[in-house]
Amino acid sequence: MNGLSRFVLRRLLGMVAVLLVLSVAVYAAFYLVPADPAQLACGPRCSPAQVAQVRDQLGLDAPVWAQYGHFVQGIFAGRDFGTGSASVHCDAPCLGISYKTGEQVTTMLWDRLPVTASLAFGAMVLWLLLGVASGLLSVLRRGRLTERALTALTLAGNATPVFVIGLLLLLLFCAYLQWLPFPSYVGLTQDPQQWFWGLLLPWVSLALIESAKYARLTRSSMLETLAEDHIRTFRAYGVAERRLVTRHALRGALTPVIALSALDLGTMFGSAVLTESLFGLPGLGKLLVSSVAIVDLPVVVGLVLVTGFCVVLANAVADLLYATADRRVVLS
Amino acid sequence: MSIEEYPRVESAGVLVWRRLRSSRAAMAGLVVLALLVVVAVAAPLLSAIEGQDPTTYHDGLLNSALGGVPTGSLGGIDSTHWLGVEPGTGRDLFARLVYGAQISLLVAVGSTFVQVVVGMAAGLAAGLGNRLADQVIGNLSDIVLALPSLVFAIALMAVVPSSFPRPLLLMLVIGLLGWGGTARVVRAQTLTLKELDYVAAARLGGSGTWRIARRELLPPLAAPVITYAALLLPSNVVSEAGLSFLGVGVKPPTSSWGQMLSSATTWFQSDPMYVLLPAALLFVTTLSFTVVGDAVRTALDPRAASRLRVGVERPRRGKRRQKSQTSQASQTSQTGEAAA
Repeated sequence: MNGLSRFVLRRLLGMVAVLLVLSVAVYAAFYLVPADPAQLACGPRCSPAQVAQVRDQLGLDAPVWAQYGHFVQGIFAGRDFGTGSASVHCDAPCLGISYKTGEQVTTMLWDRLPVTASLAFGAMVLWLLLGVASGLLSVLRRGRLTERALTALTLAGNATPVFVIGLLLLLLFCAYLQWLPFPSYVGLTQDPQQWFWGLLLPWVSLALIESAKYARLTRSSMLETLAEDHIRTFRAYGVAERRLVTRHALRGALTPVIALSALDLGTMFGSAVLTESLFGLPGLGKLLVSSVAIVDLPVVVGLVLVTGFCVVLANAVADLLYATADRRVVLS
Repeated sequence: MSIEEYPRVESAGVLVWRRLRSSRAAMAGLVVLALLVVVAVAAPLLSAIEGQDPTTYHDGLLNSALGGVPTGSLGGIDSTHWLGVEPGTGRDLFARLVYGAQISLLVAVGSTFVQVVVGMAAGLAAGLGNRLADQVIGNLSDIVLALPSLVFAIALMAVVPSSFPRPLLLMLVIGLLGWGGTARVVRAQTLTLKELDYVAAARLGGSGTWRIARRELLPPLAAPVITYAALLLPSNVVSEAGLSFLGVGVKPPTSSWGQMLSSATTWFQSDPMYVLLPAALLFVTTLSFTVVGDAVRTALDPRAASRLRVGVERPRRGKRRQKSQTSQASQTSQTGEAAA
């Protein structure tokens, strides 16, 4: 087995371990802390008999470790809630059934995923363009006013919460200038044009904040690459500074930028919650906020696990990208 | 040559302070932060001077025909309500903003404290303990770092009963989800430090692990930990504001900037001041923390000055050198002042 496949295998095992620990922690925190999940599932007006029935249906009278076992079993093999004619089947990647709607959590997450994915991918394209461009510009114009202005801007961008910039953009472009309609989500397959206009402001808000980090990273990584020997040799041969930066140093300098964006993309599936609830986008984050408000525990647990999975996956992908782009990195 | 004739060695604290003093941005940030602390501490006094409190409803100041927008210009600013009133409720905005500063700063400082204490304890234990301890703590901090912390925080804030004091809960949740980075930094530093001769000497001198950690490792760990903590502060301000924005942070009637921004989303067309004021305060606070944190990092890092110059040598050499001479001159004059 060569280095790469051994690395992938080891990371996969590590991912499974982290997810197992995560699921135990989540299960413990969210099913044991509240007083009575059955009461929550049934609602405040339930009679004790109804609560008992719900408890039986959801398998809540089994010991805790057995409940957790059923939960894990549901993820890999599906499970049935209740017995006999009242039983409800939940298909293979089963994360439980919503207390409030009775819908399968997996289906609910699956429905929301395209929104968050559209938001995250679009924002990533924009923040990479913005961040790398301004990072390169500040390297090319180092020691001048442009560089100082860009440094100040990145500091400000680093310091601004995304909902502040989003509110200001809404205020400016939708309320005051009225150049843009208020954002609302329309599916890409339904109407690509409306999809674009509806997501434009959320993308820009996220990208403005995130690009600050990328401008900084591009700049420092570019300066590091420019100090290397082979660049010095190019410089000695008389290669122009601009060509040096955009041709010869770019590839080496962009490696950490690509790796970080893979990582951020994974994190975005959870952290887009602020942007989604500001702009009213019906994504995973919006679902989290609304399920938290009505204490819909299976949905909350499912969301935590799925976003955790995204982060862990992104970590592995980032390491892999790092290693394929930079031969000096040894996978271990 | 008597001992007085040797140049006096400055203590690290004095040196760092002088480097901070030389950065105008850092000083501006520190002044703003000091003002904010004063405002937060004096919030009851300030609103008493104004003659208002943050919780009283003033329905008479609202235009019920327009759905509860404050009467008067700019969100109802006048001599009795210095920054106007809240749309919908008529609560005094100035009082709510200064009380909001309390929550913002308290939670930011408190959660940073939790992060630093837990992170240092974990990092020291991993660095000084046996292999098992190192692995367990290492994996634990990896997992904490890999958690989708915002999602986890939202979920945790929601399941804890509302009788638990919210600001304390915010500190604990933000703190306990954010100690991974500090632990990593401390562990790495500890592993390097404990191989050094002076630590070996202390061990030979009969110091136990606890004493070595306290007497020999804590002082050199201070610089990296302070650097890291200074950068944690602004992100904790944002975390608190974010959680309150999502409605899981502090509960009304306690006011917080994030919570005000969240209710401002329904009013921002009719009453822009209600968005702009908390947004501006939040921005100024995080920006000041970031600028100061950045300057602290540069001041504490002995290599920072030289590293910043990598690749910057080429353009405008003459001008740059001139500049650095003047700044040196001003520094010596400052030192002269300090000595005098």
